[in-house]
This record gives sequence, C-alpha cells and structure tokens, in this order.
Amino acid sequence: MRKLLELLEENCKLAPAELAVMLGQEEQAVIALLEKLEADKVILGYRALINWGKVEGNGVTAIIEVKVTPERETGFDKVAERIYRFPQVRSVFLMSGAYDLLVEIEGSSLKEVAMFVAEKLAPLENVQGTVTHFILKKYKQDGVIFAEQEEDYRLVVTP
Amino acid sequence: MSRQDWHPDDCISPLIKSLPPSGIRRFFELVSQAKGVISLGIGEPDFATPWHIREASVFGLERGHTSYTSNWGMIELREEISRYLNRRYDLSYLPDSELLVTVGVSEAVDLALRAILSPGDEVLIPEPAFVSYGPCTLMAGGTPRPLITSAADEFRLTPETLEQAITEKTKAIILSYPNNPTGAIMPKEHLLPLVEILQNHNILVISDEIYSELTYEAQHSSIAGFSGMKERTLVLNGLSKAFAMTGWRVGYAAGPSEIIAAMCKIHQYTIMCAPTQAQRAAIEALRNGEPEMQRMIRSYDQRRRLIVKGFNDLGLDCFEPRGAFYAFPSITRTGLSSEEFAQRLLAEESVAVVPGNAFGESGEGFVRCCYAVATSDIEKALERIGRFVQRNS
Repeated sequence: MRKLLELLEENCKLAPAELAVMLGQEEQAVIALLEKLEADKVILGYRALINWGKVEGNGVTAIIEVKVTPERETGFDKVAERIYRFPQVRSVFLMSGAYDLLVEIEGSSLKEVAMFVAEKLAPLENVQGTVTHFILKKYKQDGVIFAEQEEDYRLVVTP
Repeated sequence: MSRQDWHPDDCISPLIKSLPPSGIRRFFELVSQAKGVISLGIGEPDFATPWHIREASVFGLERGHTSYTSNWGMIELREEISRYLNRRYDLSYLPDSELLVTVGVSEAVDLALRAILSPGDEVLIPEPAFVSYGPCTLMAGGTPRPLITSAADEFRLTPETLEQAITEKTKAIILSYPNNPTGAIMPKEHLLPLVEILQNHNILVISDEIYSELTYEAQHSSIAGFSGMKERTLVLNGLSKAFAMTGWRVGYAAGPSEIIAAMCKIHQYTIMCAPTQAQRAAIEALRNGEPEMQRMIRSYDQRRRLIVKGFNDLGLDCFEPRGAFYAFPSITRTGLSSEEFAQRLLAEESVAVVPGNAFGESGEGFVRCCYAVATSDIEKALERIGRFVQRNS
C-alpha cells in the first residue's frame, strides 16, 4: 500500500494498469485498493501542483499566525472550524509554540487578503491576535522544487 | 628518418592499434547528432547523487581538505567499506591490508589484470560482458577467452561451459554479476557448482560486483563468501551505481593482502590516490546513504517491470532481468542484426538502444535498453519500438 501511495504522490496520472505492472500486482487488486484508500479518505484527491507564479494575474498567498482562546469542551477545534470554512483559507494547522493556529490564505490581491484578516479573521470572538506574513516567492512546495528543471547531463550512450 | 616522414600514427604501439574501437563509442556519435531522441542507451542512474552525500563533499572543500590521501585511500573510508561489505554481504576484509580504494571499478579491473598477468596467461570472460574486460586483458599482456552464455540459461555461466574452457594457461576468470548488459544474476545455488570447479584449479576469480545492490526479488551473493573462496577471489565494487555516484569515480578492491599490495604498487605509481573530495563523499554515502539507496532501487524495480512487460507484449522476448538496470530483449524476430536494428530504430523512431554485439559476439540478436529513465520516456520509447517492430516483422 505504501509503495502505491508513494507512486501516486509523485504522479497521480499513472493508470491502474501501469501501477499494477510497476508494483507486480493484478490490475483488479490495484483498483480495489485504490477504491478502499479513497473510501477510507487516505487518498483525498488527485490534483495538479501548479506553479501559479508562472501564470499571469496570479494572486497572493499569506501565512497568518493566529493566537486564540480555546473553548471549553471543544478546545481549538471549533475555532479552527470557523476559520477553515472560509473558502479563501487553504490550510489550517494547530501548532505548538508562540501561537496556536497557522492559517494559509489565498487572495487575488494584497488588499483582499488584508481585508479578509481585518474583517473576518481578527474579529472572531476567540481570536486574540494575528500576525500576517505575505509569501514573496515559492522555492519548494509539497516536496516539489519550483526552479527550472535541471538538465539531464548524462551521456546519451555509455557502456 | 627524414623530417617529412614523421607520422604521429607510427608512434602508436601495435597492441593499442590492434585494439577494437568500442562499438558503443561509434554509436554514441550517431546519437549525439540526432534530435528529439529518447535514449535507452544510458549506463547510469537517473538520480543525482543524494544531497547529503554532495553536502559532505562540499563541507570538506570548505574546510580546505584538498590534499592527497594515502595511496590506499583514506583509512576512514576503508573502515567504512569493510563494515559495509560485512553488513551487506557477510564478507570480512581488514581495512589496513585487504582493501584498496580506486578510481572507479574500471581502475580496479585494470590493476587486477596488470598485477597478475604474464604473457600467454588466459583470462576467461563470460559474455555478453562489459566492454573493458577484453581490452584491459590484452593491455596487461594476457589473452581474453570469451565464454558464451545464452538467454536459455538466463545468461548465467554454467559449470559445463566453465569446465570446458579451463586450460593450464587459465590464470583468472572475470565474473560480473549482476551483469551489464544482460541484467542476469548468479544466485548462491548457481554459484556453488562453479565454486567446486574453481577450487580444483589455480584460478583467481575477479568478481566485478558493481551492481550488487541493484537486485530485484533476489539477494546478491558474493562468490568470495563461499568457504575457501576468499583467498582466491578479488571482489571489485564501488559506489557509482548503488549511490548514484558515477561521476565521482570511487571504487575499491577487496582481496588477499598480497594481491591488494601488488595492485597498490601500480596504483601508487599511476594514480597516487582516488580524488579526496570523492572519498569524503563516499564515507558519507556508506555511513548514511542506505535509505536513499533503497528508495532508488524501489524506483528502478518499478520501471523494470514496466519495460520487461512492454517488450514481451511487443513480441520481443525478454527474459526477466533480476539485476542492474538493463533489459536485454531479443530482436531476432525482426530479422535485423543488432546494429541494423539500433541504427534504423534511431533513424526512423528516434530511440537509442545499444546493439548487443558491442558486449561480445553472443550479444548479437539482442539490444541493451536501460530503464533508468523517466517512466513517461519508457512508455513513449515502447510505443515507438512497437511501431518499428510492426513494420519489420
């Protein structure tokens, strides 16, 4: 299962037939395993990793440190839910250390993100304070390096 | 001789002149000129050396570690090699007398042959084989004797072939498993009958085990590990293939101290020592490189399955290679010779493969295809080869 997941994590376009050959398994078995992994929410989706920096009119991304007061019984979960329900929020993590939630936000402009923080995030009842960091450049994300691909320097024919 | 009669060509020794030019080299020129080619003619990993290994070398440079090392190689490296051979293959070699660090396995092959051969001595070379064994034997004054292996035996050396080839002139045999170009391996049960024959004769085994880590659904066994074989075997290995370190040029020889000392004599006069920075990198690789190595091996294995199934689906019989990163399909159904096949495939479908006869006459009828290339390129190449085969059968 681990090998299958690693292959897909690297390239989710591989078809079950190809995966089956590469893993030395029956195609039907691979299909069944994929269905199970999807049902168990181990595989949550199949997406392209896009370097938006190369697309014109791309937006901005900000990382926001949020300090919150946990609620009785639900702890941080309820607050987190109120934050992650906003479609602008790309990811939310509960953190150890100087702040509680790390929130990643995408917007079409600096202003839009700033307004979201000022109007939606900061006023939430349990939020004590926020620190917003705008991302200037992405070098590597989800294990993928964004720089131009290195050339294949190997000799084309070697003994 | 007058001034005008000077021809640089006349300086060259008759022996060197008589050496056959490498068939691969000729083909390389052809491929380099072509555009849009998918090359399965490559002979090295498609991974760059893992970063932690490169970083160790950079750190050494920053600290100014740029001087010569001992002729034998850095003692820390020899200690790591000793531990590694013990851990992986259950072999024991003393770091201070039974191990020599060389500039890749290629140098070790040359040193071994030069250290042992006298004119008239014969060296048995199971073929298809890596291209350097024959020429190195000739340059060391010996006579290469090819032993034919066949697809029917999955390119293993059989005891019958070995037995028949041995004469009183036989000085050594070069075993090279996992094999380049066939991908064949020699598991323990197939080595055993060879061991019995070799122990009845005074023949040194030169065991080139550079692909030892790259085995699939099988475990490599070194012939030196058989009882009574350590004293009559030279194990040659290196970091190029397993740790994706081809360009660093670090290999080593492990064997009886007398032979290693003789090899070191030649090495000290011709090479001095393997590059210092490469030795530093090698120490890091052997200490901490195994997880990355295992990841790369898994990746080769997946692509191996893809290409072998691909060839068999196209009707190009391909026995299942269990070692190295080459597939060696038969192309006889096309009616073309290996060279015709390779040249026309390149011209008509822009796929480069290496003609099997570059590795000895018994490689005729086969082509070597390296699967250490991107999965998408393997698929595209198979599609193009499929078209080509259909037109030619």
